[in-house]
Amino acid sequence: MLLTLLLIPILTAFAVILRPARQAALIATIGSTAAFAWSMLVWRAFDFGDSAAMQVTASWTWIEPLGLRLSLGVDSIALLLVMLTAALTPLAILGSWTAITQRVREFYLWMLILEAAMLGVFVARDLLVFYIAFEFTLIPMYFLIAVYGSTNRARASIVFFLYTFTGSILTLVGLLYVAWAHWDQYGRWTFDIAALTATAASMSAAQQAWVLLALCCGFAVKVPLFPVHTWLPLAHTEAPTAGSVILAAVLLKLGTYGLYRFAMPMCPAAFHEYAPLIAVLCIVGIIYGALVCWVQRDMKRLIAYSSVSHLGFCVLGLAAINAAGVGGSVMYMINHGLSTGALFLCVGMVYERFHTRSLDELGGLARRMPVWTAFTIFFVLSSVGLPGLNGFVGEFLTFFGAFTSGQPVQGLPTGGPLGPWYGAIAATGMILAAIYLLYFAGHLVFGAYHLPDTSHAGHDDHAHVRLPRDLCMREIAVLAPLALLCFWLGVQPGAILSRIEQPVSEIVTHVNAAADRSMLITAIDESEDR
Amino acid sequence: MLDRVATLWPEIILFVTVMLLMLTGTSGDKDIRRAGSWIAGLGLLFAFIFAVRMPEPETLMPGLAGFMRPAACALGFLLLLGLGNVDARLESEVDGGRRFDPLDATQGEQLCFFLLSLIGLMLCTTASDLIWLFLALEMTSLPTYVMVARSRSKTAAQESAVKYFFLGAAAAAIFLYGFAMLYGATGSLHLLDIRAAFEVQAAAGGIGPLAILGLALAVIGVSFKIAAVPMHFYTADVYEGAAAPVTAFLAFVPKAAGFVVLMLLLGTALHLGEGGQPWPEAIRVLLWVLAALTMTIGNALAMWQNRVKRILAYSSIAHSGYMLVGLVAAMEAGGSAGASPATNGFAAVLFYIVVYGITNLGAFLVLACLERRGEEIETFDDIEGLWSRHSGHATILALCTLSLMGLPPLVGFFAKLFLFTSAIRAGEYVLVIVAGLNSAAAAWYYLRLAGVGWVKRPGWEGSEVERTPASARRFAAGVSAAMTILLLALTARLLSAGDQAVQLRPSEAAPHHAAGPAVDRLADR
Repeated sequence: MLLTLLLIPILTAFAVILRPARQAALIATIGSTAAFAWSMLVWRAFDFGDSAAMQVTASWTWIEPLGLRLSLGVDSIALLLVMLTAALTPLAILGSWTAITQRVREFYLWMLILEAAMLGVFVARDLLVFYIAFEFTLIPMYFLIAVYGSTNRARASIVFFLYTFTGSILTLVGLLYVAWAHWDQYGRWTFDIAALTATAASMSAAQQAWVLLALCCGFAVKVPLFPVHTWLPLAHTEAPTAGSVILAAVLLKLGTYGLYRFAMPMCPAAFHEYAPLIAVLCIVGIIYGALVCWVQRDMKRLIAYSSVSHLGFCVLGLAAINAAGVGGSVMYMINHGLSTGALFLCVGMVYERFHTRSLDELGGLARRMPVWTAFTIFFVLSSVGLPGLNGFVGEFLTFFGAFTSGQPVQGLPTGGPLGPWYGAIAATGMILAAIYLLYFAGHLVFGAYHLPDTSHAGHDDHAHVRLPRDLCMREIAVLAPLALLCFWLGVQPGAILSRIEQPVSEIVTHVNAAADRSMLITAIDESEDR
Repeated sequence: MLDRVATLWPEIILFVTVMLLMLTGTSGDKDIRRAGSWIAGLGLLFAFIFAVRMPEPETLMPGLAGFMRPAACALGFLLLLGLGNVDARLESEVDGGRRFDPLDATQGEQLCFFLLSLIGLMLCTTASDLIWLFLALEMTSLPTYVMVARSRSKTAAQESAVKYFFLGAAAAAIFLYGFAMLYGATGSLHLLDIRAAFEVQAAAGGIGPLAILGLALAVIGVSFKIAAVPMHFYTADVYEGAAAPVTAFLAFVPKAAGFVVLMLLLGTALHLGEGGQPWPEAIRVLLWVLAALTMTIGNALAMWQNRVKRILAYSSIAHSGYMLVGLVAAMEAGGSAGASPATNGFAAVLFYIVVYGITNLGAFLVLACLERRGEEIETFDDIEGLWSRHSGHATILALCTLSLMGLPPLVGFFAKLFLFTSAIRAGEYVLVIVAGLNSAAAAWYYLRLAGVGWVKRPGWEGSEVERTPASARRFAAGVSAAMTILLLALTARLLSAGDQAVQLRPSEAAPHHAAGPAVDRLADR
């Protein structure tokens, strides 16, 4: 079932390349919508009563001597991210019908392959399958940026690729080390995630720390955490709209998902020990990102830096290692995907009309584009975390998690590693977010009405299609589902929270129990030394 | 002696083919001359069939010939398709009415030298003693000097051939010197006897310094063949000077032969680690340093190049560095006893060299398939925007370079993966991290190569690149690109075959004298 889910976009990609260019957009939209429909079937088949277990599984032998199997399966968190991917890709494709006018077939080809790779990351139950999909997202994204991006695209695409590629090779080394430890212990190779997780979690704290470092090399770059975030503003800014949407909404989540799926369960003791360090990096990223946003004059760059800031919250929640924090973090992954993806779409729609991203050249668009204004304000508010919309739930929970992290969890003596101060300082990021996003909206939407000088229209060398003044029906069809989802998750967060409760509480117990064990061992060692 | 000959049928078949080609290449009849490629192809086909069915020679690594000889024939076939008409101009002149002069005909020669070099590679795998090893290795190299010189009419080709020859001679002297010392230290030329001598020495407190020095010199000498530091200087100039199909040949055949020789030489001391005896640590350190330096220098230099062939040349240095990691891993882990195929460093090297040979071939052949105003492709500018006119070529180039980069899921990734797993098993974490960072650095220029066909700079105005009329070459390039994906299905089998190929012959008390019935090494494992 999951294999079919992966095959739908791939087969559609073949269809796109074989049919004439003018049909490409339509085929791609239909194909990716079919993938979404199929993911709904997966959702139906999933038993949420046992949501921490891997379900809808399938497995085939691939490379016997290495124990490599093509095994797929999802737990409820992976399933949510699958749904996010499957839902956003058709919208991003629909949103680029007019934005892409040259080399159309290749564009949709890369979009669909990207979708397959992203889905592959979330449904992998085998470490190498995960890694293969994780790495393979780079190639389509590289071409999307390098071919369809704006002025500085060559540099942006290469920086994006190299940053993530370098990081993930070190991650591979860490993962291979774990696989080797398993081989050493049991005498056979396997890359089954569950088996390797158990092996890794039983390693000594020092070994775990090295593995954690290796894993973080790849995942922290992907998230991105401060100080390895520098590729992100460049890539987001230069990518075409659909690329930015996918990049922000899904690709960044590969990093947080990797931390959740691998870093936490594989090196629980080390993660617990170093969580304060990670949290500090998060907080620096939150505040630094927000401050940069404040002075940013480039719309896409502003939203890109806001992602740095927001993803800081997301990882902060993971580092809190309690039910509220981790649950909030998962919630945040979904919410950030929806609202930031939507914001990139909104900005992209403006860019398509005026060919500029500069806030200096634009202002007061409410007068000219009322429908667009309504959507933009809605998504800005969702992103700021207005209670009642989706952003609030995730943000509140991560804070609450960080704030109450020190309290004992579920009968275990030690609590999470963070404390009220982490929550309090991170909260300033929330205030800053309100400031910069409202400034942005205020200037762009309600400020003094002015438009760019159209005589130098076209900052890049792509041809353009004439669009109506305000949004057309297609563009409304892109934004409306997102708005509905944001609203629904705002008033009904329980729909998601109840479904992720089991895996979240499982991992929280796992990490804290391992930390307890390792502290106990250290205490015993010390007493023996004395 | 006759039982040795019985294992050499593939080489004999190829040698007969060479003889035939010498006659047909100078024939006055155009059709007979043109038949040369077909004859060579048939020869390779028969050699392949025989190579698969040959009994195992009684050498240090009895299975090696069974793996490497068919691989050499198969890759040789692809290379032959690529080599095809290096000499097309002469033929067209003859078609134009010029009288045919056998002295001008180089196509037959090229094919002869090509096959001779391939025979050298195949002979390396069946070597049982140092003399054989030396002769086989030189037989691999000597024809390549001529091939480089005659591959293009430019003086650049001759200049690079001269460089190549002199450095090659110096390298041969160095490893011959090393062989002499090995003989002095162990009193035998036979690899099995050398191993027995090492066993005795190790039991008595460690391998003597003379033998260590001999091994070290041999390793350094052979590093010329595999284009590794410190003998890598010729690579860029020679690769650039030769015609692209010949470069593809240079990047595979001598390199494969060099690694075969290294494996055989190290194999003499490899099993010592199993018994917990002292281990020629100096050699391991030497290889460690060579591996780290080779990959780092290769990649660092490749990043600064703007000429495509020079990039591929320097990257081939880097690839040698990765493969040396496999050798270090095998030494550290003390042979292959009790290991799975995925942790056997030698098996990983064999896998890598085959995968590398195929994909690198594709990359070079794409360059050979294109020309710009009658000249070979040289810089990035030449292949910019390749996709818009030659989409097939751009795709092949992208697949091959991405596989060389080690991007999953292409087969190049698995080649690197096996090196990594074997090195991690050996505890060489630092070296693995160095290799990982190098792969990341290599990604930079490989990505440039892969993407340049698609990514156009703003001012780009169409390319002047034309296809050359070599359809066989195009076919070979296509095959090697397809292999980057198709080999995924065969990965497990190829790796296991490589693992069996490098199993050492079980150690006996007096191996040379007791060379009677072949020991069933499968049952022995």
